[in-house]
Amino acid sequence: MFNISVLQEPESLEAAVEMLRADPGLRIIAGGTDVLIRVQHGGEGWSQLLSLRNVKELEAISLRADGTIVIGATAPFARIFEDPIIREHLPSLAEAAVSMGGPQIRNVATIGGNICNGAVSGDSASTLFALDALLRLESAEGERIIPIHEFYAGPGKVHLRPGELLTAILVPRSSYQGTGGHYIKFAMRKAMDIATLGVSVICRVKDGAFEDLRIGLGVAAPVPIRCAEAEAYAIGRPVTVECCREIGKLAVKATKARTSWRASKDYREHLVEVLTERAVLESAQRAGGRHAE
Amino acid sequence: MLNSNTAAIATLKQLALTVNGKPYQFQVDLRESLLDVLRNRLQFTGVKQGCAVGECGACTVLVDGTPVNSCIYLAVWANGKTVVTIEGIEKDGELSDVQQAFVDEGAIQCGFCTPGLVLSTTALLDSGRTFTEAEIRRELSGHLCRCTGYQKIFDAAEKVLGK
Repeated sequence: MFNISVLQEPESLEAAVEMLRADPGLRIIAGGTDVLIRVQHGGEGWSQLLSLRNVKELEAISLRADGTIVIGATAPFARIFEDPIIREHLPSLAEAAVSMGGPQIRNVATIGGNICNGAVSGDSASTLFALDALLRLESAEGERIIPIHEFYAGPGKVHLRPGELLTAILVPRSSYQGTGGHYIKFAMRKAMDIATLGVSVICRVKDGAFEDLRIGLGVAAPVPIRCAEAEAYAIGRPVTVECCREIGKLAVKATKARTSWRASKDYREHLVEVLTERAVLESAQRAGGRHAE
Repeated sequence: MLNSNTAAIATLKQLALTVNGKPYQFQVDLRESLLDVLRNRLQFTGVKQGCAVGECGACTVLVDGTPVNSCIYLAVWANGKTVVTIEGIEKDGELSDVQQAFVDEGAIQCGFCTPGLVLSTTALLDSGRTFTEAEIRRELSGHLCRCTGYQKIFDAAEKVLGK
């Protein structure tokens, strides 16, 4: 049996926020695929839970009139992969969503949980970094919206204040319109595995040259990162294999890879270089740019 | 002793659900997984416990038609829902098309992963969609077969899903 002493199950966001205000020590559970494992392993401080499963308003995915895509924090990965709005406008996020876990996990695991547990290997993180996604956080004090890159504090740590919960992920139109994107997950297995490296690229190509390039990396540093130098290098340069290769090399400079049992530092850096090159090339093609051989 | 009793009482919740077409209503401990309740309370022992951490898929059941790992799904979450285990797949002693395909293709060795795989394949069939070879592999990837009889399992699934 799970070591649970309290399970609050509010039916609305308002009620959830109030319960969190009254008891900021409650830990939030949504899909439960990470939290219940922690509970099972006797994780300290995980016995009092606030479940978001009955807060249906947090599951929706919608496209606002101003073009902002709003992804509810408890939208499960399977729904994100299937959703027509995501498929049309954020296809690289759909790629990331379907790479996570296996089907049964994707049916229940939520994108908000994937972000809030702070895992650098979270499959959604690198793509949301590349998309310049915003996070909407809510507490009894009100709502705040912050860029996702300000949310990660360290391995397994995020800047969620006491009494606060993530309600939605926002992707403004300016982040995705006219872009091409590609997510590459590298792992030992093709399914049910944790990323050794995740590379997600978003770009715009105009007249055969990079107009905009954003590279998000997971598992290349203690938190997901962007590759500023590589991105700046690309702007205005023609989309060629050589250019993409140089972008891959420059991407390594942004990393702080370490050796773990999954992979050595050297191997991870090699993966960053090679997979960034491939992801950039593919993204550029999807953005409508043909590269000169 | 008093404390542990109090804790146990405090964590009881009412659960009403349908399993394999039959309605049930009883109290569960909120610390129990759906797997615990299905196996130990309702004796649906076709639900297997493998890894108990959501990796192997042996405990897969359908909740409102969707495959989930019942080992990391709280029993109380099934309140008001319809659950199907492998025991609910055959009808009047007849194997379902999916079960028959698994038999015909020899997709069963030790049998431990079979209930979960049959249920996941059934959910795919019930979706009414057709699946490419790659999609079938992807959609069955949440099941580990430690006899490693994957090719025959794939063949069985393709027989009912491909077209």
